[in-house]
Amino acid sequence: MTDVSVTSPCRLRINGEPCTIDIPPSVTLLDLLRERLDLTGTKKGCDHGQCGACTVLVNGKRVKSCLILAVSIPDAEVTTIEGLSRDGQMHPMQQAFLDQDAFQCGYCTPGQIMSAVALMEEGHVHTREEIREFMSGNLCRCGAYNGILDAIEQVIAQQQQDRAGEAA
Amino acid sequence: MTLHSAKIGQPVSRIDGLAKVTGQARYAAEPHPAGMLYGFIVNSPIARGRIETIRDEAARAVPGVVEIMTHLNRPHSALFEKSYMDGLGVPGSPYRPLHDAEISFNGQPVAVVLAETFEAAREAAMLLEVDYERWPHNADFEASLHQKYMPSKTRSNYVPPKSRGNAAEAYALSPIKIEGRYHLAPEHHNPMEMHATTVIAEDDGTFTVWDKTQGPQAVQAYLTSALSLSKDQVRVRNPYVGGAFGSGLRAQHNVFLAALGAKMLKRSVRITLTRQQMFTHVFRPEAVMNIALGAQPDGTLQSMIVDGVTDTSRFEHNMENLVIWGLINYKCPNATADYKVAPRDTYTSSDMRAPGAATGVNLFEMAVDEMAYACNMDPLAFRLHNYSDIDAMHDMPLTSKALKEAMHEGAERFGWYNRPIAPKSMRDGKELIGWGMATGIWDAMFSPTSARATLIADGRLHIATAASDIGTGTYTILAQTASEAFGIPIEMIDIELGDSTLPECPTEGGSWTAASAGAAVWLACQSLREKLFKTLGKSGNISAWLTAGLSNNTTVLQDGFLQDKDADENLRLSLSEALSLTGQDRLEVEETAKPGLRGTISQMRKARFTHSAVFCEVRVDEELGIVRVTRLVNAVAAGRIMNPKTAASQVRGAMVMATGMALHEESLMDERVGRFMNHNFAEYHIPAHADIPDMDVLFVEEKDREVSPLGVKGVGEIGMCGTAAAIANAIFHATGQRHRSLPITPGN
Amino acid sequence: MRQFSYSRPDTLDTACHTPDHTRYLAGGTNLIDLMKSDVERPEHVVDLSALSMSQIEERPDGGLRLGALATNADTAAHPLVTERYPLLASAILAGASPQIRNRATNGGNLNQRTRCHYFYDPDMACNKRSPGTGCSAKGGRNRIMAILGTSDACIATFPSDMCVALAALNATVHLTGPEGERSVPLRDYHRLPEDTPWQDNILRTGEIVTSIDLPPLSFGSHHTYLKIRDRLSFAFAIVSVAAGLQMENNTIGKACIAMGGVGTKPWCVPEAEALLEGKTPSPSLFRDAAECLLQGAVTDRDNAAKLKLAPRVIIRALSQAAAGTPQSQTQKTIF
Ligand SMILES: Cc1cc2nc3c(=O)[nH]c(=O)nc-3n(C[C@H](O)[C@H](O)[C@H](O)COP(=O)(O)OP(=O)(O)OC[C@H]3O[C@@H](n4cnc5c(N)ncnc54)[C@H](O)[C@@H]3O)c2cc1C
Ligand code: SF4
Ligand code: FES
Ligand code: FES
Repeated sequence: MTDVSVTSPCRLRINGEPCTIDIPPSVTLLDLLRERLDLTGTKKGCDHGQCGACTVLVNGKRVKSCLILAVSIPDAEVTTIEGLSRDGQMHPMQQAFLDQDAFQCGYCTPGQIMSAVALMEEGHVHTREEIREFMSGNLCRCGAYNGILDAIEQVIAQQQQDRAGEAA
Repeated sequence: MTLHSAKIGQPVSRIDGLAKVTGQARYAAEPHPAGMLYGFIVNSPIARGRIETIRDEAARAVPGVVEIMTHLNRPHSALFEKSYMDGLGVPGSPYRPLHDAEISFNGQPVAVVLAETFEAAREAAMLLEVDYERWPHNADFEASLHQKYMPSKTRSNYVPPKSRGNAAEAYALSPIKIEGRYHLAPEHHNPMEMHATTVIAEDDGTFTVWDKTQGPQAVQAYLTSALSLSKDQVRVRNPYVGGAFGSGLRAQHNVFLAALGAKMLKRSVRITLTRQQMFTHVFRPEAVMNIALGAQPDGTLQSMIVDGVTDTSRFEHNMENLVIWGLINYKCPNATADYKVAPRDTYTSSDMRAPGAATGVNLFEMAVDEMAYACNMDPLAFRLHNYSDIDAMHDMPLTSKALKEAMHEGAERFGWYNRPIAPKSMRDGKELIGWGMATGIWDAMFSPTSARATLIADGRLHIATAASDIGTGTYTILAQTASEAFGIPIEMIDIELGDSTLPECPTEGGSWTAASAGAAVWLACQSLREKLFKTLGKSGNISAWLTAGLSNNTTVLQDGFLQDKDADENLRLSLSEALSLTGQDRLEVEETAKPGLRGTISQMRKARFTHSAVFCEVRVDEELGIVRVTRLVNAVAAGRIMNPKTAASQVRGAMVMATGMALHEESLMDERVGRFMNHNFAEYHIPAHADIPDMDVLFVEEKDREVSPLGVKGVGEIGMCGTAAAIANAIFHATGQRHRSLPITPGN
Repeated sequence: MRQFSYSRPDTLDTACHTPDHTRYLAGGTNLIDLMKSDVERPEHVVDLSALSMSQIEERPDGGLRLGALATNADTAAHPLVTERYPLLASAILAGASPQIRNRATNGGNLNQRTRCHYFYDPDMACNKRSPGTGCSAKGGRNRIMAILGTSDACIATFPSDMCVALAALNATVHLTGPEGERSVPLRDYHRLPEDTPWQDNILRTGEIVTSIDLPPLSFGSHHTYLKIRDRLSFAFAIVSVAAGLQMENNTIGKACIAMGGVGTKPWCVPEAEALLEGKTPSPSLFRDAAECLLQGAVTDRDNAAKLKLAPRVIIRALSQAAAGTPQSQTQKTIF
């Protein structure tokens, strides 16, 4: 693809791989991923921060990639849905989404999963109400909300079991 | 690990799930052919008038801009000459993008910028200057009502209301009456994936088109007609669809414009609508229903008078089956209904999840609740009292109706029977608690569908049909069907959908895919199995193996092996071995399932519906009026359930959308300009996680051999029908206040 | 989004000396959104993120300083904030979504622009976006627009939740510009639209918000942020109230109250606060306060519901504060 406007250098690590590319400053992180790096797992549902489909982790924190200029986060570590599985092994959250039928069309799903993974890190998982509130930045038009909650609770339960196992 | 055949009715996890949770599933805007141009649509800011001048110097000066396509320079298309009618069959003259200078709705595409990058296309679109001559318009629904009319030609699926008895007289004589004007705001489908089309210009001059559609063959037909191409020159694909809810029933502007651009420039083109632009095409029509009900003091309905209007554009006559549902579902000797459409200067409204019924059933069920209260009766008891075992409007028997069972099981699960009748009788602190219920009804449809089943050399079974999985679980239920019908583990099945080159399947919608494509796959697998046995029987090679213990008439195909049903498990033949014994490298059959198959009844003799009973608990802050839905139970009678896991998700999903209908969703028309102003996801509110409680969906048993070959009715829409009313009715029970217009937003 | 030049200076001084048609970029959650909507059309975008302004630190007077670049999420989660200014933490958590709060900064929150539908849509006349073109919201679909502080030229609300708490808390905004530093009380930072609605606040060209100071002020548990919106999360306020009461022996000492969702700026009426002080909490007292806060409210075509709701929300919020039962942002029951 030919870049046609004035470009700036953009240096990132994406899913552990270094990425250096010259792009116009108007390119968002989301469009960089989808249009220039062919990482289409991160979805565009509104392009205005209003739906959460584009959620990725930047330096471990969940953010909406549609509202970030790619050039404005130099050297950041970006994790997308493609970087979540390791060595062909699904992340427990991905498995839980499958088990709990936590999606239908699947379009909000990568964003929901990335958000849920960050939610676990943040620890906002004490009650179903708390999970609901802290997942509310991810809309799902198919209405898979119950399944998503169940998936998150499945992972919480697994973690608790694992911890209990370690302690024993 | 031994793999076993899955059965219809098992809660199998989605077979397309892995691709979806890992981000590998590719949607319409996601193939990226080399040299592809990005198209960005420029929309009209006026509702009626004509384009005077287009000044594109600044836009063309943006580096990377290749072309700006307008009505002045676009290539010719057959669409511009003849009036093409799409599969929905909405009478009128469909909008033809970039046909001429005339503007007939706000948001109408007036130009498409085609550029090397998305950023350049977007910027140039901002810089394009268009001058308009403005003509007077009306975009106000209320003001359009006096122009309401009945189209002389109706939509093919339109069911005219049929009167019985003398409703007016019976109403006048009824000791108990209620009458009200019920209203639903316009809503936009807003699937999470925005409409997009990627047209790949192949080297051989053909086009492969990835479109967000519910019917790849319908889009193919549209494009072949519009671009005067033959079927083998246009292939349409939609293996994954990010929701649609009806917005993918018609080919949207982006399809035609992307194809036109590709034709003009002989390059691949992609157009993705913005979320704002998702408010420039189809929407669920605004509706009013005047409902008058009369009853005896014992709650026996005497009269039902329904008069409803939905909106349409000036150029097409969109219609819904709005007013019939109460007439069908309730026993009542006198009933009449009237339906009209009212034209306004907008794009044409269109089918959105459970079109007609989502509006008509919910608004009617709100009136029924009022009537139950007027008779001082429990709303469930009132409905049971007026229960009809037949299609009361057509006086026709039904293939099945387990609504009574659904009512009882749902009520049981919800704990309905402890409910105090009087409104405002339950509270917890500052919150009033209310319980409401409603019934739902939706068509159980079946349409002719073909499917191909192929056994290939490695022993895998390949199933293909041009159905679409828009989140409906189609991949999975077809795999289950094939697994059971053929006798092969689900892991050994490949399902191919979403491609216009596959065997014919009608556009996905109206919940008919499960019944129809399911039946086609079942047939194809059965006949493939017969073909395998027959071919094996003919070939001499098998005899040696047969003498080892298997005999032809006790041999079964099970879990992917041919084996004797009585003999030793080790004596078995894998499907790849079996295929090689036939001496062929593949065995293939294609079958078509048609109504009438396997004892199914023709629509002329029995009516067919899915039913439901929805129960809802709300909590309403007494002073602030803030509503929270805290419990929802939906008992659904939908014939045979192919996969309770995905089916429950479908019903829950519709209940979420219905919660939006009851409390949140409203496209705000600024009639001064004819534009829906809250055209984004921040101001058009769909329910978020926090709005949705745990929802209980139960399927009541309903054996129905007549409705469709597999006894399936479909579950995609039923969750819409009744849920919004149950919420509104619960709000009344909590507060004693009736709301007759949806959504019920804070402060109202 | 139109083309622009991008720079990321590492000194405040460089950042202040910028050419015309510059916009500062912090978290970008509002600016990028508006640039994509063709509402903001900067020629230069100066990214502030390399400046060190993300501290959250105690002041000698016992107050707290919030760096302009500290994110909303970090601010709401900071122990000094959750301990001493739970009202602020609550207001922040009532806004936007976790992903947005992770990017949104305190300085950006102060300077975010209205969510008026017409402002966001360049096809529509709007005095705030294009001075002199008129106000389409008047007589239009304006159920989200303001009822207080409006003018003939503009009726848009200022949408922030955080700033409502900051106003209640009497925060001070520190600015640095080409002409040096100055400080402004938050209550004076945002402007009424009057006949220049395009000026949202008193920020001058080249000026940068460097930090926000919170005075030493404690309400114990006698505070609340109560936000009413169209769905239970992830929506802007229809009406919100931040209230803090210093309670002594069932008497109100200092009273702080501000409203969001109803005004063209965070809405404070000192008379309403004075009216509460020295009194015993009671429904009638709260009604009087509500009446005082809402004096001069004007509704337009679609937003009468706000005026109906607002007094009730004020009364409830004051009751919550008096009772020491702040509104939870996760538990949706309103106590
Ligand atoms: C979908 C969505 C929902 C939201 N919901 C809510 C909500 O419910 N409640 C709520 O309060 N907010 C809400 N927000 C708004 C959000 O809080 C703001 O966008 C955010 O606080 C802005 O901060 P930022 O750092 O991203 O600002 P930017 O977008 O970077 O900047 C915004 C403006 O501030 C200027 N600016 C930034 N920093 C400085 C500085 N230090 N000095 C001078 N000028 C500066 C910029 O030039 C720009 O004009 C929502 C936003 C979105 C997208
Ligand atoms: S209310 Fe203000 S922001 Fe909205 S259109 Fe009017 S002038 Fe513009
Ligand atoms: S695409 Fe980023 S939030 Fe919707
Ligand atoms: S699964 Fe379709 S939008 Fe969430």
